[in-house]
Amino acid sequence: MKLFDLSGRKTLEAASPVPFAEWKDSQQGTAISLPQDVEVEELRPYLSSLTLIVLEFPVFRDGRAFTQARSLREYEGYKGEIRASGHLLPDQAIHLRRCGFDSVALSEDANVKDWEEQLGRYQFYYQNTAVSPV
Amino acid sequence: MTQPASRSVGHYQYEERDRAFLQERINEFEGQVRRRLSGELSEEEFKPLRLMNGVYLQLHAYMLRVAIPYGVLDSRQLHKLADVAAKYDRNYGHFTTRQNIQFNWIALKDVPTILRELAEVDMHAIQTSGNCIRNVTSDEFAGAAKDELMDPRIHAEIVRQWSTLHPEFTFLPRKFKIAISGSPEDRVAARFHDIGLLARPSENGPLFRLFVGGGLGRTPVVGQELFDSVKEEDLIATLEAVLRVYNAFGRRDNLYKARIKILVQTIGLEAFRKAVEEELARMDRAAYRLTPEHVAQIRARFALPDLKAPADASDVLEQHKKADPAFARWVASNTHPHQDEGHICAVISLKTPGDIPGDVTSEQMHGLADLAERHSFGEVRVTHLQNLVFGHVRKDQLHELWQGLKALGLAAPNVGLISDIVSCPGLDYCNLANARSLPLAQKLGARFGDAALQAEIGALSIHMSGCINACGHHHVGNIGLLGVDKRGAETYQILLGGDAGENAAIGGILGPSFAEDEAVDAVARIVEFYLGQRQKGETFSAMLKRCGLKAFKEVAYETV
Repeated sequence: MKLFDLSGRKTLEAASPVPFAEWKDSQQGTAISLPQDVEVEELRPYLSSLTLIVLEFPVFRDGRAFTQARSLREYEGYKGEIRASGHLLPDQAIHLRRCGFDSVALSEDANVKDWEEQLGRYQFYYQNTAVSPV
Repeated sequence: MTQPASRSVGHYQYEERDRAFLQERINEFEGQVRRRLSGELSEEEFKPLRLMNGVYLQLHAYMLRVAIPYGVLDSRQLHKLADVAAKYDRNYGHFTTRQNIQFNWIALKDVPTILRELAEVDMHAIQTSGNCIRNVTSDEFAGAAKDELMDPRIHAEIVRQWSTLHPEFTFLPRKFKIAISGSPEDRVAARFHDIGLLARPSENGPLFRLFVGGGLGRTPVVGQELFDSVKEEDLIATLEAVLRVYNAFGRRDNLYKARIKILVQTIGLEAFRKAVEEELARMDRAAYRLTPEHVAQIRARFALPDLKAPADASDVLEQHKKADPAFARWVASNTHPHQDEGHICAVISLKTPGDIPGDVTSEQMHGLADLAERHSFGEVRVTHLQNLVFGHVRKDQLHELWQGLKALGLAAPNVGLISDIVSCPGLDYCNLANARSLPLAQKLGARFGDAALQAEIGALSIHMSGCINACGHHHVGNIGLLGVDKRGAETYQILLGGDAGENAAIGGILGPSFAEDEAVDAVARIVEFYLGQRQKGETFSAMLKRCGLKAFKEVAYETV
């Protein structure tokens, strides 16, 4: 796995994430992963002790994690790292960044150039987002 | 390329940054095609990406669906579409029920080049397909109709821009369609959209009545009112909130249960409304506020037509009608009252009996663009019933326009009448269809082709779909036809009593399906029964209510 920096955060969390359901019992460590069918509100009591939340994409067409990320930023005020993991395409780089993702976990053979090119593509966007105003 | 000196009448005039954005979108798509051809992208991965840019793989070839935002074109754009049809297709294009145009015989390798040509006239294929927010539709008489409360196109453009490459709502459970009207007469089928907006002015600015969860397809549902009066400043926030609830909770395990209508039905309107209100309560409203300044900026990029007509324009029109009964008949069915006394809206039927509904040849498009330049400030609108509208025609020049249309073979006097048939492309083109729809539409058109007979029958709509995905909106036709596969044979079910407007209703299925020619005969018997039994001024739907479906059923199956 290699990490790709979407938001220019520079230092990305190196710890391995623990599935949220397990982490809740032990509360060991500060990195968790969250499936798409869990509402991020459930994380509210724990957010201050988390430094990394990994949101999962079982398939790139399933866009629920975009709403999860935006809710974390906009509703919950979470300031730590949000990472995308799973089946993702470089074509989604801007969507991820603009919804509040900081990083994406890529496979070793992924073409980083495609991701970089996509990030620099558009000079402006038509809509405001809470995390990246126009 | 030369730019028009003035702003376009009827649609948003692009600025440089919009054009730069389009170029980048094309570069992006070109890269996606390249990665597909090199194998870097699998077909499974490429499919949603190409769909989001209007490229379908049809039965025989690729199809490209080009966006016509809120259905408004200018003449240079129509000339360009004609060129694309001639150069890259088989010399024609097909206008759709979503106010777009489709080219059915496109080579994938040509798509980036076609997109560059379209971009020269500020056109694109963004979000004409795929599981994202689709091209927004509007009233074909917007900014012209006498009955209009407010011009919906400014807000249609605002919604178009807001939805373009939206970062959060581009990978939705399913497609999402928004329509907006500013007339008390619902001419956009607002109750049959994922979101339907009916705009009206008030002392404190525009208000929007918002319907949610309507739609046709496999599960036809009449949309329900979510909010009665959304304020202009809350319009974008409210759309965001609805879409967030849908994106988070819409079903993704079953393609046929993934539209927002199923979510609203499953949890109920009250629970859905509560979820949307919770989103709105938590949202940073300032970030999503639609400001009067922003609305004014968009409004400033629309030009208004300079409506000057001679004082005797109405009299001249009356004289022309008296002198030419064929013209008078066309005026009776193919025009709509304009806000300005000296002007009128002209509807150009793309349903010449016997021809394919919605199809226009390249030569006809060029001819129409020239006529629009001369008679309607260069502006052409596409209707959701697959016809075209010239919005602002001087009454004293209407006869001249009609003669021009006759020369193009586009003067069928049948708008709103029985041969004004809405139809999907059907099995001739589409790999979803169970049956062909065009031959049946053609046969019905020919059967009722006689202008005097049509005038006698009066307002009556026939809608035809080749399968249950309902692209021809068969549920909302007064008479609906649905292609079904019956042990390998193409047959047709008949539905009666649909209505897309203020009295929204879904048609009831009459009974077992008919073979093609039997279906034509059955429709003929149904119409004959209506003519014989109707009371003075009674509409088809009213008589159906009075007599009941069973009476019509007996007639339809009489000799079968």
